[in-house]
Amino acid sequence: MSTQPNSYRSQPDERGHFGIFGGRFVAETLMPLVLDLEREYRAAQNDPAFAAEFDDLLTHYVGRPSPLYYAERLTEELRKDAPAGKGAQIWFKRDELNHTGAHKINNCIGQILLARRMGKTRIIAETGAGQHGVATATVCARFGLPCVIYMGARDMERQQPNVFRMKLLGAEVIGVESGARTLKDAMNEALRDWVANVHDTFYIIGTAAGPHPYPELVRDFQSVIGKEARAQLLERTGRLPDLLVAAIGGGSNAIGLFHPFLDDPSVQMLGVEAAGHGLDKEHAASLAGGAPGILHGNRTYLLQDEDGQIDEAHSISAGLDYPGIGPEHAWLRDVGRVDYTSATDKEALDAFQLLCRTEGIIPALEPAHAIAAVAKVALEMDRDAIIVANLCGRGDKDIFTVAEALGTQI
Amino acid sequence: MSRFAAAFAKSHPALVTFVTAGDGDTAAILDALVAGGADVIELGMPFTDPMADGPAIQAANLRSFAAGTTTADILAIAAAFRARHPDIALVLMGYANPMTVRGADWFAAVCKDAGVDGVICVDIPFEEDDSLGPALRAAGVDQIRLATPTTDAARLPAVLDGAGGFLYYVSVAGITGLQQAAQASIEDAVARLRTQTDLPIAVGFGVRTPDQAAQIARVADGVVVGSALVELVAQHGAGAPRHIETFTRSLAAAIHGAKEIAA
Repeated sequence: MSTQPNSYRSQPDERGHFGIFGGRFVAETLMPLVLDLEREYRAAQNDPAFAAEFDDLLTHYVGRPSPLYYAERLTEELRKDAPAGKGAQIWFKRDELNHTGAHKINNCIGQILLARRMGKTRIIAETGAGQHGVATATVCARFGLPCVIYMGARDMERQQPNVFRMKLLGAEVIGVESGARTLKDAMNEALRDWVANVHDTFYIIGTAAGPHPYPELVRDFQSVIGKEARAQLLERTGRLPDLLVAAIGGGSNAIGLFHPFLDDPSVQMLGVEAAGHGLDKEHAASLAGGAPGILHGNRTYLLQDEDGQIDEAHSISAGLDYPGIGPEHAWLRDVGRVDYTSATDKEALDAFQLLCRTEGIIPALEPAHAIAAVAKVALEMDRDAIIVANLCGRGDKDIFTVAEALGTQI
Repeated sequence: MSRFAAAFAKSHPALVTFVTAGDGDTAAILDALVAGGADVIELGMPFTDPMADGPAIQAANLRSFAAGTTTADILAIAAAFRARHPDIALVLMGYANPMTVRGADWFAAVCKDAGVDGVICVDIPFEEDDSLGPALRAAGVDQIRLATPTTDAARLPAVLDGAGGFLYYVSVAGITGLQQAAQASIEDAVARLRTQTDLPIAVGFGVRTPDQAAQIARVADGVVVGSALVELVAQHGAGAPRHIETFTRSLAAAIHGAKEIAA
């Protein structure tokens, strides 16, 4: 198509736009700070010492590179239901083995190094499932900076282990009682804190969304996932994957896996949104059920009514329970480079149990959505095809939610 | 003369009042503001995610939604106000998504049809002006821009470029209705802004009492009061208009007389 760009990896433009998406839709009070952040990020990108410190921490503190693992028993299990000759090989990028148990730490390391460069002395963050909150509290402890985490009160109830982890790490966790008391409301409250404390506070946004340059820099810090996976698979098999699969709330683990492969035309990509109770009921699938709009600093697909009021999202996974999506995914969907689908709460629960039993890995409910999609598409692909799915978090935090959903008393 | 020009051309500083549309009997509340002496009315458009607002206006938004307020209702409130009060300047204030969801041209057109004089959009800085500004200017609706304590000399000309009506100086880096700024910092800021613009300058955020308002009115062209009025709606419900009129009258007396006292 003549409208296709020469590269899918050159976004955003200088104003932070991914096509019509992205941008900097923030109050005037925050705008100078957002511009400062962009200036500092450009300087860091050109500073070999920044990259060296980032890489060193990822290696020795986070434990990277994370393994790329061929899930042989899961592959065989799924082949039982596949037509003859079908049933792709399933590989997992094991980002659940990172320090703190999820991919979120990659981004937090990058952002706290930026905060230090900018001379900021106080860190705030929002969190949904608590994985980003734990990762932020972790890097704050590591660098000795005070940390305030905003978390929806409902999410605090369903993610109590992570609340306690954050407190152990020295963070102050503030429950947010407004709205549906989930991730969206936590982000509103973090923005209110930020605007009142611009002089000393750095806001570590956890997903590839928010005002420019956040979507870009979160993507860049998370791209270590895709860069490693690409090199690891080439080394192990001599080829590129046929399909990448990742779950999407805001979309940081997905963009981190996808971005280094965007200009490899043979590599297809599938983002998996949370379909909650079903796309015709309450869900969190902004691409499937939303329309473009402006929220939390960027233009992107949002669940909203005809007046532009934001709808409440629903997912069994607190980390996917958000009515928007990162702007780069909105753009990649509209230009057709990445396909997007969704998985329901029930499909994610089934996939969660399937992975526990076949591979001895308890995944977080977020990647369980990706695994649910893998279980469907693998059956349609040839046996020599390779799927790489991002196992972006471990499931210890979710065992109470899963037990309740399965009707089990712990 | 535009209604803004008229409001700010009076011999005294202007009282600019904010209330949330659909929170209580808005028509009666707006009439009470006018009866009490308000010179400019800001009508807040409720939004599900008001991230620049403090607890008072957040709660007002929730009350408005609980009453079922839609954008069509807000425009009807504005149009009816304009019919009752042909001379009082009326501003719609809110967030980008409800304003742009049907397209900026649509919003500009319905504002004009409803007799709205100006629009304040909290989360569209000049960097994203093309999402709303050109449509408003084409329709002849003033775009009221916000300057803040973080707006430095380098940014200010771009903030003022395309601005109309008046310049709203947000006196604290923060959300609505909480802290108040030190008087000295307001005086410095207004003096700095005056060197760059001929627009009238109204100062708001955290102004709660007639005394505070009078202090600010000695140096500014207008004073904005919002959360303190919205709290009266929360407190008095259906009886709010009477209390709002009394409070507005005390604010108006303080602001309108401020420069005489100073002299």
